[in-house]
Amino acid sequence: MNPPPSGAPSIIYCHCQYAQVVPPDVKAAVLRQLCDSGLPFEAVPDLCELSARRDPSLRRLTSAGPVKIAACFPRAVKWLFAAANAPLPLDCAEVLNMRVQSADEVAAGLISPVLNPNVPLGKVTAADAPAPAPAPAS
Amino acid sequence: MALTDLPLRVVLYEGPGATPLATDDRFAAVRSLLEGGFGVTRSGAARPVPPVDASPLLVLGRWDGATPVTESDTRLRWGALDTATVTAQAEATRAEFGAPATGPWKPWFPVIDYDRCTNCMQCLSFCLFGVYGVDDAKRIQVQNNDNCKTNCPACSRVCPEAAIMFPKYKSGPINGDSVSDSDLNREKMKIDISALLGGDVYSMLRTRSERATSRFSKERDADKALAERQKCLTKLAALTSDIPPEVLMSLPSPDEIARRATEAAAKGRAALAAQSN
Ligand code: SF4
Ligand code: SF4
Repeated sequence: MNPPPSGAPSIIYCHCQYAQVVPPDVKAAVLRQLCDSGLPFEAVPDLCELSARRDPSLRRLTSAGPVKIAACFPRAVKWLFAAANAPLPLDCAEVLNMRVQSADEVAAGLISPVLNPNVPLGKVTAADAPAPAPAPAS
Repeated sequence: MALTDLPLRVVLYEGPGATPLATDDRFAAVRSLLEGGFGVTRSGAARPVPPVDASPLLVLGRWDGATPVTESDTRLRWGALDTATVTAQAEATRAEFGAPATGPWKPWFPVIDYDRCTNCMQCLSFCLFGVYGVDDAKRIQVQNNDNCKTNCPACSRVCPEAAIMFPKYKSGPINGDSVSDSDLNREKMKIDISALLGGDVYSMLRTRSERATSRFSKERDADKALAERQKCLTKLAALTSDIPPEVLMSLPSPDEIARRATEAAAKGRAALAAQSN
């Protein structure tokens, strides 16, 4: 895979596959525009599922530096990653919310090279939060 | 989860040596892979993508020449992209590598917002299903999310800080939306659910069910008794806001509830005591 151009945010798209909490027409339109853009991206079926399984591949997603994520509420996304021992880089992560924003807004935000960090910094840093629980046995 | 349990990663390759996909094909391939439970990387130079790790890889493309061949002892396979069969290709590779399958479990489990959590242990004392525990430093954590009852957000109602989220819940702040003061007050008002589920709900349930049993035992109509129980549970679900009737239905016996509640409360007390030492 290509070495990252310095500073350009990577793009992660969550398909929210295992529940319809993201409107299907919004996620389809966002994915469509992402595919039309010709930009590289990473698409995951369901971030919640990866977090529930403490999936180590979440660490890969946060390892490429600045990141834009199309999913749901930034507060939920922050702690889903943290629960899987893959804390987001809070100062350079932007979460676009497909539950409340329009598909055009989300797609434009993803495609823009300008990053607007919006994940709550909070009073607890990733280092203060407890160690994540061990992965479930399944 | 061991490193070898990393899920299959599918890469759509459109660089040198391959013909770029038409956007319709790209969309069709990515969507069908996601719906099949596979993560996809669309690689390219314009933006970084997460680096290669120990995940098994399936690299798909419309190759200009023959499909590249790799040694069978690596965790990398190449394939010719066919949008109609892409999910089957990925499934075959997943099975070959023994990589984990995803779904169909709806990922329903509590996620703690540690910016808000005060480590009061109310959730630990409340949950009858052993979802919560503490880490070595006696901080609350979600340990057994598989035990959580799908669609039941009850523990988020007992948290005095509105720190427990269920990202797939319908409304805020439980779904992760920001917490307002009025949310906080509303959450506090609902705290009695803890007491209710620990005892009162069950005793109400039992009383109603006993009443129903004596009434229906005369009629010997099991279906009607069941319908009454269902009605009662539905009313209780309304009383307790949004706890699904099937969750109340699956509550263990009164003795078992008492045993688990004592155990959970003892765990909570022990964790609190350890904090103050
Ligand atoms: S992170 Fe949000 S958008 Fe993604 S699967 Fe979970 S609830 Fe759905
Ligand atoms: S009830 Fe809320 S504040 Fe208390 S320990 Fe649980 S998550 Fe933290």
